[in-house]
Amino acid sequence: MNDILSILVNHSPALIVAVPLFGAFLTPLVGMINDKLRNVFVIFITLLTGFFAVILVNEVFTNGIKTYCFGAENPSVNPVVRIFFEVDGMSAFMALIAVILPIVAVIYSWGFAKEETGQSKYYTLILLMTAGILGMVLTGDMFNFFVFLEITSISSAALVAFWTNKKNSVQAAFKYIVISSIGALMVLFAIAIFYGQYNALNMAVIANSIGFGFLDKIALVVLIAALTMKAAIAPMHMWLPDAYSGAPSPVTVVIVGTTLASLYGVFRVVFTIYGKQFLTILRSFGDFAVTPSLIIGVFIVVLAVLTMIIGVFMALKSNNFKRMIGYAAVAEIGYMILAVGSAISTYFIPTGTTTVTMAEHGKMALTGGIFHMINDALDIGLLFLVAGAVYYATKETSLNKLGGLSRKMKYTTVFFLIGLFAVSGLPPMNGFASKLIIYQSTYQVNPVLAIVAILCSIMLLAVFVKVFHSAFLGPEISSIKNVKEVPRSMLIAMGILAALIIFFGLFPEFVITNIVEPAKNALLNSSEYISAILGGV
Amino acid sequence: MIPLANPVPYIAVIGLVLVGLFAVVFKRNLIKIVIGITIIESGVNLFLITLGYRENSIAPIYTSSPGGLMSLPVPQALTLTSIVIGVAVLALMISFIVHIYRHYNTLDASKIRGDEE
Amino acid sequence: MSGMSKIVKTIASLAFPFVMIYGLYIIAHGHLTPGGGFQGGAIVASGAAMILVAYGSVWTMGKVKEKHLSTLESTGAIVFIGTAILGLLFAGVFFNNFLFDSNLIFNIVPTGGSTVGILNSAGTLPIMNFAVGLKVVAGLFAIVLVMAYATTKMGGNEK
Repeated sequence: MNDILSILVNHSPALIVAVPLFGAFLTPLVGMINDKLRNVFVIFITLLTGFFAVILVNEVFTNGIKTYCFGAENPSVNPVVRIFFEVDGMSAFMALIAVILPIVAVIYSWGFAKEETGQSKYYTLILLMTAGILGMVLTGDMFNFFVFLEITSISSAALVAFWTNKKNSVQAAFKYIVISSIGALMVLFAIAIFYGQYNALNMAVIANSIGFGFLDKIALVVLIAALTMKAAIAPMHMWLPDAYSGAPSPVTVVIVGTTLASLYGVFRVVFTIYGKQFLTILRSFGDFAVTPSLIIGVFIVVLAVLTMIIGVFMALKSNNFKRMIGYAAVAEIGYMILAVGSAISTYFIPTGTTTVTMAEHGKMALTGGIFHMINDALDIGLLFLVAGAVYYATKETSLNKLGGLSRKMKYTTVFFLIGLFAVSGLPPMNGFASKLIIYQSTYQVNPVLAIVAILCSIMLLAVFVKVFHSAFLGPEISSIKNVKEVPRSMLIAMGILAALIIFFGLFPEFVITNIVEPAKNALLNSSEYISAILGGV
Repeated sequence: MIPLANPVPYIAVIGLVLVGLFAVVFKRNLIKIVIGITIIESGVNLFLITLGYRENSIAPIYTSSPGGLMSLPVPQALTLTSIVIGVAVLALMISFIVHIYRHYNTLDASKIRGDEE
Repeated sequence: MSGMSKIVKTIASLAFPFVMIYGLYIIAHGHLTPGGGFQGGAIVASGAAMILVAYGSVWTMGKVKEKHLSTLESTGAIVFIGTAILGLLFAGVFFNNFLFDSNLIFNIVPTGGSTVGILNSAGTLPIMNFAVGLKVVAGLFAIVLVMAYATTKMGGNEK
């Protein structure tokens, strides 16, 4: 038994991408036999992917970086010619997020998509999206990253337009695919610059031999611009509320995973590929040295403040249930970027300067930002599932036409309350734990940042309390008097997310030391990433 | 980067990307936006292939080859993958345009609004 | 859309087998000459699109159901990933080329340098070429067929 388990662990980076791909193309054939059999098959495939992810994560967190070469057992490292998957702490962390979301989405879809036509293609595309997100976070090769990015964006755009009889969905899908396609072409442009200069596509080889000349600066700017456009950071955030509200609700939960994986791409480029060049001094004014890390960090912090403010104010103004949660998602991404940006600008200090305690605050900020990624995925996922349940019961999305739902839909109301507490950072939910770390660490960097963050949190609380009062409390509206509670599969899916939120909120120390700390150490340690493939260079 | 003797392919790449960006940003017909994206993709594919060329080299095929210096085959594989992805994205964008026309009866991008509130 | 005149239909029917053979030649020789799965599949799909334009989408939709094309496409993808998983089962690494230098088909190891290419070489590459070619033919033809049929329906119900 132990022997089989160790064989599975050795091959798990390949199996974790191959199993959803294989299942995605078997689904139409199984669907021709029977509908219920296909639903059970899809849930089985996602649970099997989750099993492989858990054993891979366990292996990486205890034994360090795991590499896997496709196609050869003893690949040559001089030069590197094969495609490698390189799983370090941050990749394993993102893989955990990327398997929880599709499991919940597929269980929810059992009840939600029961009367739709074209269900086989719906499940095929969800499994393709899962394979794409997992490939994007596990790979160690730049062009492989581009291919999986395109797989994910094509299948998610097709799913956003799944309800082709609605005006809103189709135009949102067109906007999404145009912006996504231009972003991916710019990523390919930067990859071509890297290939032309260093004759390598492997991330570790590029990170080992990178300089900071004129072409490298162009590649950095193009990569950060294109990947932050895919991650919906202001001022490139306009596609997110349209796409998140036009898609069916379980699809939105998986698209949240896509957005977070593009954000992982930004971190991988900034921390690992350019990690060696962070301390080159570009210009020095006396004792104060301007390094690339300072410039990138300040730029990301400015974008983060802009994102938070825009997200919160548009959410205050909005009247549509799903669009409001979409704007709240934009604000939450701002929080993550704020923490990571302040970590970049303070942790990497050149030797000879005196601010050493700032490095400690930088490390704590990075921990808070990474912890907030998984919290945000769970919270926004739960809120979108609640919005989908309200839509399934009442067929309404405008807040002016909803009211008094708590009488008939008790469980949904409780889940919305849990989501509300989590998003606005109130104890005992997980949002409180990660936001407290972000407030504390960004206050040391600059007090204004922490004040802006706290104010945005308070305004998010105001937005969601308004939604709760108008949609769930209050008198019943006559047009939606006869609503019933949603089917049991949707309640089970929402319950899984709510249980995880409460667990992360009650035991944040356990989560931080076991799950977030390895990810943070892996990001800050780019030389370990390089030597795992190049063998001690 | 090994510089080519004449920089004409690189200038063509920049020209194609700029023309494509102009079409995407400033044109209002949806089909012209899609054509702009195709032009950007052609520019990036040209950039990829140009990087693999060496002076006085032949095609990298072993079957009955006359021998000599061969140009790099890796960028050609990357370009092929990019062309396939471009075909899939183009097919998806055009089918979205068919659906949009069925709902809104116009192809003007400024008249297509969702339910924004 | 409706079909074209009798001359066009006859010439398209005459030309289609040649186009198909040329496309299959490019798929099959993918490991020796330029070409391979996608290129050959695109050529065969272009030939099929020529038949679609000549005979009209209503006639073609009657002969070829979209469900069969979906099944063909899924079969192509399953053969591709199945071959990769067989590499895992038989030789220990995912995507390994386990037919190269073995005793089954496609196992001749060619000598180096410039040779006249041997069709029976290069392991799992021809199998994957055929799988990708099948998928590309089914996929591209389905795209063209469904778009032509959709504009027929849209032009028919004027509203």
